[in-house]
Amino acid sequence: MERRMEKLIRSMTGELQRKEGLGEVGAEELGRLCARVSALLQAEDWGPDTLDALRRLFLIVAATKYSRRLEPACVALLQTALRSPRCPERLQLLCAAVLREMAPSDSLSLSCGQAQSSWQLGLVASVLLAQGDPQQVRTVGQRVIKVLLESRQPEGRSLTHLLPVVSRVASLAPDALPEEQTKALSKRLGDWLRYASVQQGAAHTSGGFFSTPRARQPGPVTEVDGTVATDFFTVLSTGQRFTEDQRLNVQAFSMLRTWLLQAGPAHPSATDADDRSELEGSTVSVLSAASTTSHLLPPAEWLREKALEYCQRLLEQSGRRALRKADSDLQKACLVEAVLLLDLLCRQDPAFLYRVLPCLRALRARLCGDPACARALLPVARFFLRHGEAAAVDADAVYQHLFTRIPSEHFHSPMLAFEFIQFCRDPLLLLGSNLDLLKTSFPNLFKFLAWSSPALTSEFVALLPALVDAETAVEMLHLLLDLPSLTAALDLQLRSSQAVSERPLWDISVRALGCLEALRDPQAQGLFQHLLRAKASGTTERLTPLHQLLQPLASCARVVQCAQAVPTLLRAFFAAVTQFADGALASRLALLLLERSDALFQVEGYEADVHRVLSSQFPALCKLHPPLVVEQAKELVEFVGSLGGPSGTGYMLTSVVWAVGEYLSVSWDRRCTAEQINRFFEALEALLFEVTQSRPSAALPKCPPQVITVLMTTLTKLASRSQDLIPRVSLLLSKMRTLAQSPAAGPMHSEGDLGAVRTRATELLNLLKMPSVAQFVLTPSVEVSQPRYHRDSNTALPLALDMVSRLLEREASLLPG
Amino acid sequence: MVHAFLIHTLRATNAEEGLCRVLYSCFFGAENSPSDPQPRSAERDRLLRKEQMLAVARQVESMYQLQQQACGRHSVDLQPQSSDDPVALHEAPCGAFRLAPGDPFQEPRTVVWLGVLSIGFALVLDTHENLLLVESTLRLLARLLLEHLRLLVPGANLLLRADCIEGILTRFLPHGQLLFLNDQFVQSLEKEFSAAWSH
Repeated sequence: MERRMEKLIRSMTGELQRKEGLGEVGAEELGRLCARVSALLQAEDWGPDTLDALRRLFLIVAATKYSRRLEPACVALLQTALRSPRCPERLQLLCAAVLREMAPSDSLSLSCGQAQSSWQLGLVASVLLAQGDPQQVRTVGQRVIKVLLESRQPEGRSLTHLLPVVSRVASLAPDALPEEQTKALSKRLGDWLRYASVQQGAAHTSGGFFSTPRARQPGPVTEVDGTVATDFFTVLSTGQRFTEDQRLNVQAFSMLRTWLLQAGPAHPSATDADDRSELEGSTVSVLSAASTTSHLLPPAEWLREKALEYCQRLLEQSGRRALRKADSDLQKACLVEAVLLLDLLCRQDPAFLYRVLPCLRALRARLCGDPACARALLPVARFFLRHGEAAAVDADAVYQHLFTRIPSEHFHSPMLAFEFIQFCRDPLLLLGSNLDLLKTSFPNLFKFLAWSSPALTSEFVALLPALVDAETAVEMLHLLLDLPSLTAALDLQLRSSQAVSERPLWDISVRALGCLEALRDPQAQGLFQHLLRAKASGTTERLTPLHQLLQPLASCARVVQCAQAVPTLLRAFFAAVTQFADGALASRLALLLLERSDALFQVEGYEADVHRVLSSQFPALCKLHPPLVVEQAKELVEFVGSLGGPSGTGYMLTSVVWAVGEYLSVSWDRRCTAEQINRFFEALEALLFEVTQSRPSAALPKCPPQVITVLMTTLTKLASRSQDLIPRVSLLLSKMRTLAQSPAAGPMHSEGDLGAVRTRATELLNLLKMPSVAQFVLTPSVEVSQPRYHRDSNTALPLALDMVSRLLEREASLLPG
Repeated sequence: MVHAFLIHTLRATNAEEGLCRVLYSCFFGAENSPSDPQPRSAERDRLLRKEQMLAVARQVESMYQLQQQACGRHSVDLQPQSSDDPVALHEAPCGAFRLAPGDPFQEPRTVVWLGVLSIGFALVLDTHENLLLVESTLRLLARLLLEHLRLLVPGANLLLRADCIEGILTRFLPHGQLLFLNDQFVQSLEKEFSAAWSH
């Protein structure tokens, strides 16, 4: 069946491709089709031929991204068909669709006034709104709302066709609708929300010989759990058939939030006060909940009052046990909508808050205990965020539950993950008093990221600056580097905890039989729990044993996807942390980079990618705090020494060696001693010998030329600072130059690389012949970066170098031979 | 607010032949930008809209592929379903992602998508919508479209039955309005639709 589906899709797209590929021939075919459609519409033939022709016309017009010209006569006939009373629904829909596909178009002569029924008006409106003309939008909106309000008796399903149009106009152009009519519609919406019929719709009796003498009375509407409705009709009330006002109830609720936001009343404004003063001497209390006096409320407040009652009823109804699964999904959606509406109502009229808080408190308690309602908790949390002063205790309880429990239990749900992270990016959260809780909960948040990295990476890149904190930065960097292993650990956790009957959430293409066994070891279990912790612990653990345990899962696609996302996250992390890191933090982070560069979870390509990022961040950290090279001299020497021999990509080594050369000098840190310079020198010298020994076996990876040149340059730099090292360096450099010229080095390196090594060695040798110039060039003081240095003709560096090379040439030419 | 609804092709992996194609798209919003200095031509607007839809479809396809890959599911492993079983829509892969401003819409948008066999359904919305409602609406639309267009029967041609798609959208997503429909309400609307279409 799969194959059939795929073949079907392929044949459809094949047809599309053929249609698009037709250039001139397409225009002819289109012309013929237009003529055919025109003829059929002219003759008012509403049969299957017209249906077929219109379908083809739609396909041709819609299939290409370049617009197609239709004959004006054809366009005119399509518009006429829209207004015809006898044209069946299917054909009218197609005509409207074709006209919309051609939008924006100048040759449209449709207007709202021509529509003869509300159904046609809805269709015409859809075509006109698609034109993208703001003026058109206003005209349509004004016309439709007028029809809506003036219609005395709903015939058929008239008003339900028009409400969505009004809602759309309200979203597109909030100020398009006149205020009087907006108010009138607000009043009607309130009526539809609150006073829809509680009896089910009547069945259409077919009449005839066997009709019962008494028409069957429809019963009352029911709740979703099957019991008879206890209060007014809402979207969660069910029945066999629905009446017109019940449909309006559903539509009114569906558009309520948009309406209140855009076109509805913003707050008890001056106009409302006028309305109130019109009511002769009545002291209408806004806080009154009694329905008798609320009839006297101005429309804006009337609607808000009814909306409040509706939401409270929905909250009660959403606690029932629905008989059908679709209804239970709807209950959750209604719950979310009700909370969003209550939030909006409290914003618009703060007096509502004291009435709303009790329901929300009860709701919060109910939701925290129900794992199936995790997504519904987010709008509740947002509500407390906004109106938190009145309910600080509840707010804290919600956040605790939200940040400590939800991610651990629901990290695998992609929709929840997305909504959760959207919530975390809410400015109110980031600026509020709960920011600390957010920051310390980063291990839990990273679970979402580790599981669904493709969808959430860009969200986290935006979120990281808010999460990064001086106290947790080191721990966070460890966790970022361990993110792929976190993915593997989560996968393993699901394997061990999910019930057998449930659909597997882990990667079913990878078997991990040994891992679960190995996890029984207490030490492994301890590391496992540490990795899966919910809050920042302040400690760091060496996870290498756990990496080995999780190795079989390293080939999971999810783990690989996560590993590919980590470099981007690392860059975002460092961009954020360098904004505020002080010297101590920079030092610790730099050491962390060295320590972790060979302690990464072995996923294909991961180590190389991470090294590339870390090797550019290490110099950045050194730049932030240059004395760190001197402070961490011992560790750096060890690092250099331990990387004996060419290994991997050499990125980390290159950047560390370069940093040493750059910052190991008295000008950056007065504590730099000659002894330290010597120690580094010896370590680097040994390393250089190691990497350039000619290796008999070609199996070993060749050393990248950057490593050789940076070692040579750094050694020269160090020698220029401790000048008794100069003879050693000169000897070393000439050896390197000879080595690079010898044929033995040929098979290991390309000619370009060898040339680069030779050139660099020569340059450095030349420099060393004039030690004071070498010092100036290789250990420039901080002022050198000032432009003055380069503009002042007495001190400019290029001039100095130029002079040196000319002196050397002259010297060389004077030498015999 | 719902800005667009689209139906497009989905390939299980990038290695499969063919391109991602938009089979049907319906645009409810408007990219009004009074600040745009260039005079807007009708052609350009339409072209822009089509390109935007294609960009969304491609992103949905890649999200779908990554999600399937991550679950370890490849199309060849799927058990063949008999044509009698309704397609298990509540288990169909779905997800959501954000589109940054300028890429491809001027304002930031959210896309919610659902992948069923080789067809993807997607809704493009404003940020901060009721995603529970969006998700259930999308599943409902997918079910209705798959059933009434009879895509499971060979020979049915989705592209040539736009009237059916329009009929469903008019009732269940009128002018892009998301509706809170309980199960019986859906059934009654579906009955009306079938009645209107059987003439």
